[in-house]
Amino acid sequence: MPGRPRGILGRVVRWGGAACESHGAPRRARGGSGPAGCRDREAAAPRARKWGYNIGVRLIEDFLARSNVGRCHDFRETADVIAKIAFKMYLGITPSITNWSPGGDEFSLILENNPLVDFVELPDNHSSLIYSNLLCGVLRGALEMVQMAVDVKFVQDTLKGDSVTEIRMKFLRRIEDNLPAGEE
Amino acid sequence: MAIFSVYVVNKAGGLIYQLDHYAPRADTEKTFSFPLDLVLRPHDERVVVAFGQRDGIRVGHAVLAINGAEVNGRFTADGKDVLEFLGNPANYPVSIRFGRHRLSSNEKLMLASMFHSLFAIGSQLSPEVGSSGIEMLETDTFKLHCFQTLTGTPGLGCWLSIAGAVTELSRPNTSVTVAPGIKFVVLADPRQAGIDSLLRKIYEIYSDFALKNPFYSLEMPIRCELFDQNLKLALEVAEKAGPFGPGS
Repeated sequence: MPGRPRGILGRVVRWGGAACESHGAPRRARGGSGPAGCRDREAAAPRARKWGYNIGVRLIEDFLARSNVGRCHDFRETADVIAKIAFKMYLGITPSITNWSPGGDEFSLILENNPLVDFVELPDNHSSLIYSNLLCGVLRGALEMVQMAVDVKFVQDTLKGDSVTEIRMKFLRRIEDNLPAGEE
Repeated sequence: MAIFSVYVVNKAGGLIYQLDHYAPRADTEKTFSFPLDLVLRPHDERVVVAFGQRDGIRVGHAVLAINGAEVNGRFTADGKDVLEFLGNPANYPVSIRFGRHRLSSNEKLMLASMFHSLFAIGSQLSPEVGSSGIEMLETDTFKLHCFQTLTGTPGLGCWLSIAGAVTELSRPNTSVTVAPGIKFVVLADPRQAGIDSLLRKIYEIYSDFALKNPFYSLEMPIRCELFDQNLKLALEVAEKAGPFGPGS
């Protein structure tokens, strides 16, 4: 049973609970990303991403308010800021950035230890569950608010027996703010 | 040394929060006898002084109260027309309070959206790409400071075709987008310093007490008590620092 998360991790998890409540999802007993209570395994993954998205959309403002970073001009800068500033601020860890694709639009974040799963073990009947899917949603939501459409997914997961947790992020496109003339 | 008001404008240009922290009320109440030596005329929904400035009553001041009872636009509290009432010698001597009228919430909404559009035009006019937009508007009686966040909801944008000129945004890896974010606007005394850090503090307070409030939906009017309280505290701290700014 995970203990009540404290400190920086506590902030993220309380966000999760708050975001869940505001969108009608039942609040989990010990924090936001608790698919352990979900009976419906298939629905858990997209739901966790959705919770993450709602958290990310608000988290980005908190991040910008506290960190004072300016707009990133390319994906490499974005990767640096995510790994060295954002992850450090909210989860207390600094993942490493590797596996850049030749086009410079995809990279991997390697997390040696994932604080969200410190006290978690996947039970046998949920062995295909991506427990930290919330993180993917958070990254996607936060980057969408700064006009970057990205695709985020888990490649390796320590809960499933891999040695490290690897998150793969792919830049899809810049989001334009055009509206047809005459609107607004 | 004062901070007059704070406005928060959402990404679509709508006003989501407004606080009048300090309004220099220059109300004057005087007793008059017939005939009135000021010239009054109706203007919009109010009765204003057109001519005859004296004793603190300036041209443009509106009639705020008659005999202690607040007027309701052009009518007195009992429903009589103000100008008719004052034209009748039987009602004198009368005590009238004049002063600058306060903006109604509709007027504030309108002014906020107008500022939003001006802000967009300002960034477009910039000869350099990636302009920050209007940061300060200075007059002799106040300074307006504005801070816009970097975030912007996809699909909601400022209209860019102004007088036929359309800016193209499709180049990747450049910082040319005129993405609208939330704007924090502070009106303060021209000598007041430290407003930049105050704007950043307001951004932090917004992210702490509005965004983390699960009942607050994005882009909607902010009705969070903690936000109000902490904002007032931050304004007081900034005011006390005076012309030197906090931390100097």
